[in-house]
Amino acid sequence: MRVPLSWLRDFAPIDGDVDGLVASLDDLGLMVEGVERVGDGLGDIVVARVLEVAAIEGADRIRRVVVDAGGDPLEIVCGAFNFGQGDLVPLAPVGTVLPGGMEIGRRTMRGVTSNGMLCSGRELALSDDGAGLLVLSGVDGAGPGVPIVDALGIEPDVVFDITVEGNRPDAWCMAGIARDLAARLGVPFSLPEPGVTPAGPPVETLASAAVEAPEMCPRLTVRVLEAIDVGPSPPAIARRLTMAGMRPINNVVDASNYVMLELGQPTHPYDLDRLGAPGLLVRRARPGETLTTLDGVERTLGNPGRGLGETGEDCVICDAGGTVIGIGGIFGGASSEISSETTRVLLEAAYFEPMVIARTSKTLRLRTEASARFERGCDPFGIDRATERFCELLALSSPGTRVAQGTLDVRGALRDPIVLTLRTEAVNDLLGTALETEEIAGLLGPIGFRCTPEAPGVLAVDVPSNRPDVRPAPHGVADLAEEVARTYGYSRIARHQPTWAEPGGLTEAQRMRRRVREALVGLGATEVWTPSLVDAGEDARVGVTAAPIAIANPMAQDQGWLRRTQMAGLLRALGRNRDRRQGSVRLFEVGVVFGEPTPGRSTAERSGAGGAQGAYLPTERELASLLLAAEGDDARVAVAALDAIGAELRLAGLRVRPPEEGAALGGLHPTRSARILSGAVPVGVLGEIDPEVAEDFGIEGRLGWLELDLGILADRAVVPRRDERTRPISRFPSSDIDLALVVADPVPADEVADVLGAAGGELLESVTLFDVYRGPGLEPGRRSLAFRLRFCAPDRTLTDREVGALRAACVEAAQRQMGAVLR
Amino acid sequence: MTNARPLDLDALESTAERVLRAATSTAELAEAETAALGKRSELAGAHRTLGALDESERRRVGRELHELRERMESLAAALRLELQAKERSAALEADRLDLSEVVVADLRSPIVRGRTHPVTQSRDALEDVFVAMGFKVAEGPEAETDWYNFEALNMPPSHPARGMYDSFFLELGEPETIVLRTHTSPVQIRLMEAAVAAGTLPIHAVAPGRCFRRDTADASHLPVFHQVEGLVVDRKITFGDLAGTIEAFTTAYFGPEVHSRLRPSYFPFTEPSAEYDITCTICLGAGCRTCSNTGWLELGGCGMVDPAVFMACGIDPAEWSGFAFGFGIDRCAQMRHQIPDMRALVENDLRFLAQF
Repeated sequence: MRVPLSWLRDFAPIDGDVDGLVASLDDLGLMVEGVERVGDGLGDIVVARVLEVAAIEGADRIRRVVVDAGGDPLEIVCGAFNFGQGDLVPLAPVGTVLPGGMEIGRRTMRGVTSNGMLCSGRELALSDDGAGLLVLSGVDGAGPGVPIVDALGIEPDVVFDITVEGNRPDAWCMAGIARDLAARLGVPFSLPEPGVTPAGPPVETLASAAVEAPEMCPRLTVRVLEAIDVGPSPPAIARRLTMAGMRPINNVVDASNYVMLELGQPTHPYDLDRLGAPGLLVRRARPGETLTTLDGVERTLGNPGRGLGETGEDCVICDAGGTVIGIGGIFGGASSEISSETTRVLLEAAYFEPMVIARTSKTLRLRTEASARFERGCDPFGIDRATERFCELLALSSPGTRVAQGTLDVRGALRDPIVLTLRTEAVNDLLGTALETEEIAGLLGPIGFRCTPEAPGVLAVDVPSNRPDVRPAPHGVADLAEEVARTYGYSRIARHQPTWAEPGGLTEAQRMRRRVREALVGLGATEVWTPSLVDAGEDARVGVTAAPIAIANPMAQDQGWLRRTQMAGLLRALGRNRDRRQGSVRLFEVGVVFGEPTPGRSTAERSGAGGAQGAYLPTERELASLLLAAEGDDARVAVAALDAIGAELRLAGLRVRPPEEGAALGGLHPTRSARILSGAVPVGVLGEIDPEVAEDFGIEGRLGWLELDLGILADRAVVPRRDERTRPISRFPSSDIDLALVVADPVPADEVADVLGAAGGELLESVTLFDVYRGPGLEPGRRSLAFRLRFCAPDRTLTDREVGALRAACVEAAQRQMGAVLR
Repeated sequence: MTNARPLDLDALESTAERVLRAATSTAELAEAETAALGKRSELAGAHRTLGALDESERRRVGRELHELRERMESLAAALRLELQAKERSAALEADRLDLSEVVVADLRSPIVRGRTHPVTQSRDALEDVFVAMGFKVAEGPEAETDWYNFEALNMPPSHPARGMYDSFFLELGEPETIVLRTHTSPVQIRLMEAAVAAGTLPIHAVAPGRCFRRDTADASHLPVFHQVEGLVVDRKITFGDLAGTIEAFTTAYFGPEVHSRLRPSYFPFTEPSAEYDITCTICLGAGCRTCSNTGWLELGGCGMVDPAVFMACGIDPAEWSGFAFGFGIDRCAQMRHQIPDMRALVENDLRFLAQF
């Protein structure tokens, strides 16, 4: 909201330097986003009378103008056409610096010398109008040579651009800002009482008012004004509206806008003679009912929207005959718009239920100055002052206006006045302060909360009707505590770092995730962050065929679905780096991928209105994916990477097994890929990227791939860990035995190793596969696995006989259990 | 009228087909196609004899020849697909590697070290700061129900404050009931519900994680971003405790010369609410372009847990009090490393990532 300082001064004697005021406003939670100084730099601008206007030969966009600015006639070249001889216009003489920083010099165009510049409202930062000159004819006190600031009564002003938080509808107006600021500065605040003498007939004789939907519109008031002369607003009003960022339209609409900006109460003026029947009726919209709003758009009302809570319960304003003429609290209809012919105005001022306005505004995707205020909650008892003020303002520019006597006032159930019992101790307990009861009363009083001592340390606090954010007890105590803290100053509250007995820490899964990252970094891999939101076909490119979960309202088509794999993202990241000549790289990512909802991740147990009628959350799996694209990387390097991570996490019993028959692993090379299993549970996959997939991403060469499901990996019950106990290191020499065992292809090497390990018993220190041979000398379908067995005893050097016996036991076990033949 | 030898179309076709079918590889097939259908093929020769026929005959035979050629071409295409598939599976077969018997010791070990992502580094560093202050680290799902993301946080449907969070909704269930979480605050609700169910109050936890908002990416915003949430629910927790906690982690993470300040603000799930700023990390408070000469940078929001939120979770606000706070991890990384454009974080260019 743009807030001119002069407007605030209507309500309180606010002084002090601008920086200090900004600091005070910020500290009150009225965040100043910007400060603009207006009217500065107008000191040299004078009023000039146009004496002569003549064409310049060969120029059709500029003319020669001679003006009287109080001295000798001056010749000026001007490009505007909205004035004529005798008009009064603003002149910036040579040497003036305009508000925008432009310096006026003497220039010659087409042989005519220009001794200054005639200015538009925009050039002087006085209005938005840049189409022609700011014509000052008819302005009292304007005459040749008079400074424009004197002619227009302009004081240099400061405009604060303030963000008012959503819970402070009371502060969303000039008076509200002034109230808070005055309290902080310790100066008196007062709202002048508007004075209007009704001279017209009783309002009942001119119009009617009825409310059929009091739950939507708990208060409707109607006033009527006759003998109105529709025309421009007085300059002071137009100027304030302009400074506040609103365009002046005519004195009736301007008065309504001015009142809204000043007091926070939206009102709506109708041309009484254009209503089908004189008067207003407020009711629920009928399904499918339409209205053309002031912006010329036809709106359909009364139909449920697609979104949550969009029930289609809309509140409409009708004329007394029931024809819709406005969307309650949001937008007026075009049919009863104020025009230059209007002479009688019906002024609607109402209080609408905030949730009704919010709902319709959301359903129709229609937000206006009025709806934004009503949905936050206006003051149902601020209406009378607002309509009085409207009449007062309109009388300034339309002195013959006759205000009808009385107000039509239809009231339903309004919020009861709230009186909160505020214990000083409760405030101090919540804030960590040591405020006295009188101090609290002294803070709340000036911002409109009347405090009455009820008992020692207890106040009865009257919540003003313009503070809908302050709720009944028990919540209201927190709301009042915020007001105390805010007016006291957050920065003055003593800070204290709390402590407690419970230790902090990471969970085992969180520690494991960090160790996985460390292991991957140790393998030379760099972590990337690829998109969670992808194109529909993205995952299918890497063999994930199930349909992805769609986003109902994506920002772009290629970000409209939830990813099911990190493979596509990593391949793209690799491609991008290869394009930039960084080819030999290893990349990894740790993050969530999404899958079909599974019952059990229920949303239904705590429903509320948003709980979800039988819908379940998508499954989320946290994966660590590694793409190996350094020189020489392939599926074997992926196996080595798994080994390294397994060692880091002390994983026990992981198995690498080929894909099941006919079930290729998505995106992976059909004959160079494997599943990673713990028992029967899949923990991940590894291997090489399918060359066709790599080609599709424009990438050449072998690419290793390792993908682990961290959620499963973290579960020790599923993936056991190696024994944490150490074994003592023997001081005695060890003996190595190499065994080449011929086994059938389907028998996995790691199972052979396990059998050897079990047979070797306590004295076997390690079993290492060191060679695999297929080819001449062996039957097809069989290969030779060469293991090195290292034996060692803790208390002696093993004899050859002992080692021989152990060797024999190992060979025998491998033969019996695995069908292995010693080569 | 010339006496041309009548064309034997059947013989022509069976020869061409035999030639094509004899190919055993895509390379051979290419040769076979040249032989059977190319310029020097019998078929092409047959075309050249057409000129000698009378017009009606020429049309008939010409059409038949044309159909014959089309049949042969589609046969060749089918054969090519077959052979390609065969060759691919043969190539894959020749490539076969049993990954259960890789001799790991034969592989070179890397001599370079990688890097974790700057966001990970910031997240870990923040977690460490909070763990040292006595916080546990919690997590929650990235897709949430309306209840957790909004309603339990004192934002019923149509609440105007929902407008502050421009949400992505999923095509699941009723419209707008499942949302990609717009903040980490739903983890507050999950923590409180779980603690009430298990009888394990108090809570002292932070919850880092990924969030989503329909914001166009620019130098300081990403539509997918990371936040860390803090929640303390205990007895006698005060606003002063909140301010002290924020000051403590600010100084611990950004360094002793960086401090914090709280300004009144509004969040439906906290009361009183505040935004907090930290000393501008560029000018250390002197005033510069980055901080618009204020000396401060906005970091996050915080406040005392609203009684309505406690009640939604089944916690008695008369017995327990607490505070919550949240701020952007990516933004912390950006401030700490003075990253001019946040979009660099998702570009995945190693020249950028290698600097952390």
